Amino acid sequence: MPDLHFGATDEATEAEQAAVAEAIAGFGAVTIRESERLVHAGRTRTRERRHLLLPALHALQRAAGWISPGGLDHACAELEVPPAEAYGVATFYHLFTHEPPSATDTVHVCDDVACRLFGAVGLIDDLRTEGHHVKASPCLGQCERGPAVMVQRTGAPDLTVTATADGAGYGTVAPTEVLVAIADATSTPSVELPQAGDRGLRLLARVGVVDPTSLEDYRAHGGYRALEASLAMGGDQVIAEITASGLSGRGGAAFPTGVKWRGVAEQEGRPRHLVCNADESEPGTFKDRVVMEGDPFSLVEAMTVAGLAIGAEQGWLYIRGEYPVATGRLVHAISEAYAAGLLGADVAGSGVRFDLTLRSGAGAYICGEETALFNSIEGFRGEPRNKPPFPTTHGLFGEPTAINNVETLVNVLRVVLMGGEAYAADGTERSPGTKLFCLSGRVNRPGTYEVEFGATLRDLIDLAGGVPDGRELRTVMLGGAAGNFVGPDSLDMPLTLEDTRAAGASLGSGVIMVFDEDDDMVDTVRRIAEFFRDESCGQCVPCRVGTVRQEEVLVRLGRGSTIDDERVLLDDLAAVMKDASICGLGQTASGAVRSAIELGLLAAAVTEADKGSTR
Amino acid sequence: MEIEEADIIVMWGSNARNAHPIFFHHALRGVANGAHMWSVDPRRTGTAKFADHWLGLNVGTDIGLAHGVAREIISAGLTDDEFIANATTGYEEFVAFVEPWTLEHTSVVTGVPVEAIRDLAHAYATADKAQICWTLGITEHHTGVDNVQSLCNLSLLTGHVGRWGSGLVPLRGQNNVQGGGDMGALPNKLAGFQDVEDDDVRAKFEAAWDCTIAPTNGWNLTQMFEAMGRDELKAVYCIGENPVDSEADASHARAMLERLDMLVVQDVFMTRTAEMADVVFPAALGWAESDGTATNSERRVQRIRAAVPPPGEARQEVGIINDLAAAMGDGEWGQPTPEELWEELRTVSPMHGGMSWDRLEAEGGIQWPCPTDDHPGSPFLHGRLWERPAQGRLAPFSCVEDRPPLDVLTDEFPLRLTTVRALDSYNTGVQTEHFASPIRTGEALSISTADAADLGVADGERVTVSSRRGSITMAIEVEEHLAVGLCHTTFHFPETTDINQITSDAVDPKSGTAEFKAAAIRIDRLPAVVGGPVPAGSSA
Repeated sequence: MPDLHFGATDEATEAEQAAVAEAIAGFGAVTIRESERLVHAGRTRTRERRHLLLPALHALQRAAGWISPGGLDHACAELEVPPAEAYGVATFYHLFTHEPPSATDTVHVCDDVACRLFGAVGLIDDLRTEGHHVKASPCLGQCERGPAVMVQRTGAPDLTVTATADGAGYGTVAPTEVLVAIADATSTPSVELPQAGDRGLRLLARVGVVDPTSLEDYRAHGGYRALEASLAMGGDQVIAEITASGLSGRGGAAFPTGVKWRGVAEQEGRPRHLVCNADESEPGTFKDRVVMEGDPFSLVEAMTVAGLAIGAEQGWLYIRGEYPVATGRLVHAISEAYAAGLLGADVAGSGVRFDLTLRSGAGAYICGEETALFNSIEGFRGEPRNKPPFPTTHGLFGEPTAINNVETLVNVLRVVLMGGEAYAADGTERSPGTKLFCLSGRVNRPGTYEVEFGATLRDLIDLAGGVPDGRELRTVMLGGAAGNFVGPDSLDMPLTLEDTRAAGASLGSGVIMVFDEDDDMVDTVRRIAEFFRDESCGQCVPCRVGTVRQEEVLVRLGRGSTIDDERVLLDDLAAVMKDASICGLGQTASGAVRSAIELGLLAAAVTEADKGSTR
Repeated sequence: MEIEEADIIVMWGSNARNAHPIFFHHALRGVANGAHMWSVDPRRTGTAKFADHWLGLNVGTDIGLAHGVAREIISAGLTDDEFIANATTGYEEFVAFVEPWTLEHTSVVTGVPVEAIRDLAHAYATADKAQICWTLGITEHHTGVDNVQSLCNLSLLTGHVGRWGSGLVPLRGQNNVQGGGDMGALPNKLAGFQDVEDDDVRAKFEAAWDCTIAPTNGWNLTQMFEAMGRDELKAVYCIGENPVDSEADASHARAMLERLDMLVVQDVFMTRTAEMADVVFPAALGWAESDGTATNSERRVQRIRAAVPPPGEARQEVGIINDLAAAMGDGEWGQPTPEELWEELRTVSPMHGGMSWDRLEAEGGIQWPCPTDDHPGSPFLHGRLWERPAQGRLAPFSCVEDRPPLDVLTDEFPLRLTTVRALDSYNTGVQTEHFASPIRTGEALSISTADAADLGVADGERVTVSSRRGSITMAIEVEEHLAVGLCHTTFHFPETTDINQITSDAVDPKSGTAEFKAAAIRIDRLPAVVGGPVPAGSSA
């Protein structure tokens, strides 16, 4: 509604206006005042610009440290978005603030399942005591070096800093060291790849080896040979090789990539999109970050290969807002690729166009759901859509879209280079290739590991140096908060799609989070329930209400209620969320809780709590 | 609504966003379906802000712009020649007539840039389905009828008439303005738009009603006031109209009404006209308190039903009229039900002939003409022009002259005032002043930044606004981007700011409509007030 206003009495500051102008540069404001007698505007121009709302909100937040009413009003006027709708979008995301900031920096400290094992709560308290503006955050994707810290700054890029030098967790170093890292205003480098130098590495081969800021170095390490090969064989053949490789989606759903691509390629005559889902937000997951930070050009190349194969002229890389280092490197890689003619109107001299746009999320787990991600890019609240129709026919902007996870896409380079059949020689028959796993929690060397499909849970934990001396493995969270807990009796389960499925578990996003006998599982499971309650988008009732009720049960369990008291309610909640939620968040929100109950993880802890309460 | 399927929507002299919000909602659905919307208006109105392109023409140059568009359609070879040959008359003469209206000449007259005129002409002519919608920006001029005809020319050139999705759309102000005309509440028509001066028509009605009908057209509203001035009109029965506030040159209107021997007012509220009346009949509301039918802008007749009884002494209007007839000595009228009245109408109005009460009920509304029981109703008119050969009278091109507003701008009255409407108020406020609105800010005269600077007036300052008719005091509102020399105000609050004291007394002789859209005014600062400026705005 171009004539409605947010009701702000304050005008946008010059800094805010400049920030919005920069964010929408290239498109410009909706209204063009050609002269005092001729003005162009209208629905077409409004529609074409709606996707600039999220970048404009980021720009406002960065410029002023919050989304001020005047700033929001200005963005709405430029983009002609109804202010009430824009407010709905702005308040959807954790990383946007709606009160004047009390400090220029906001320190986000992860207190999610992994980081709370390593002193996150104490770090939050200490930082607050030191006068910092601190927000407890859901998983920041740095579980291998928790507690994770991200500093959101005003007028400057965000930082990720580590609170612990040796993986032992907060409390082993003085709090001042964290503050020094923040004051340094540089992100702490990622921890070294534990498998560095291993010749068996495929997807991670270049990570830690190649200079992530150098296109030249990337080329020197085999970069852009896959694009060359794919141009030589043509899109149809690329899809045939992907199909032959048996590659399936690594984001959790394991959908055959070749089938997805073929579906989009068949939508000839319609504008098509390739979207990379780099919104890696599943608690305990950080593998894609490692790839993007260490080998950003590989993702850019892989997206180019994929985009050309499916006939998309536009690619979108949607990365979570909590990854400032990866974002910076990808932005750089994209601009280098453009400068080298590897993106744009004539990709590598092929005469074919492929543009690549990076979009930052702003802190919303749900935006990892593919249709929520589309809505987020389009400038709407990141609420999932009903399916069908599926993205292959009605995806981003309602147009045919292939959406793939980062790990899936970087596999494409190998498939193209070696051929689908040769690729399928790795792994098992039904799970070909290699898989990235995120090892965290009670292991000696947490980090991202790459193994062929078929390795067992025990293999992975051993690879990560096993459980620290003097501790006993009690349970493993497999696949993330949306996955399940498994017990020590599952250690010899091969981590393949088929074996985990048969066991009623899921590889999910490759999370292997290890807990020992001393870890407070009631607190852990309650934190998972809190996570889902907080991240439920609220669109559909079963999830919005169900996640609240589930968390309440977990809180009661911590205060002495027993599983027997709560079982009927938990079963009902699980059933209704699983059956009636429109997206995976609600459908999986009870999985971890239920598996924890089945393994007796909560019963034991309650006994402890009971002892405590009778003391 | 056909508008939802149009490809091009031209809002010409219509701020439907404010004045026809329900229709505009359908227009926006058309836009959402892919239609491109153009707005032709001296101001960048709320409607224009939703348009893909706004063309700001000088007030009262609509005919010139239409001719310029027409000439461009012709010279670019975008005419529908087969339609023109089959369904129209006067084309050759029209081509010659608009020849002087080159893009450059049109641009000079209208103030609209050349490329915008060309783009509008091409977009309209090449669209599959195109509609021109207009309202009072077209009709409230001394050339109102000519203005309409100049737009009709465009539809005849391109064949954008008589087809689904294309057409000419005059928007109606109230839910049942159309119905009032349909029922014969016009000085020259009987029910169903049948001519009073047609002997056969009159004979039919006289036989049906057992009475004698005057054989000549009556007076329209403007002519009635003139007749009051000549003392030829001595008594007025005024139903649902508030001329004291709504007539241009309001002091003149009041003076005329005061000359009457007898004024009877029938209304739902005690209007300022009612306050002058010898007798007032409190009436039930047309909706919520009455049973019957209403006919909307798209000629759709719909049943309406009473939800509550009228308050106090208010009565159904049919009952008031029939009792009045009985008191005047004709007791035969009885107390017919709405259904009985409707069934009687069907016997005399062919276009309503097929719309039985039961069908209206069952089908939820039927668009006239619907002459027979098996006729589905007519979603659009003039389809006959597409038959081969075209049926009925062929559509004539109109060679109408572009004539500027009669209230000319001079050094004494250098500013152009046009009256406009707010979303939350209706006309003189009779129906809207009784509820509060969060967006109602009272009356203010909007002027351009440049004019405000020239005059040395500030936003919110109260000033004297004068025209050749009179002078009032009101607040100024400085509007960025308003055309230099243009002023506008609503007229919704006559009790505090009586705009019609200064509006033009010029009238279109063809329609009787006053030129509310173009008065010449002057703004004078008030003498300095001790104690600082007077607050802006006036309470509503």
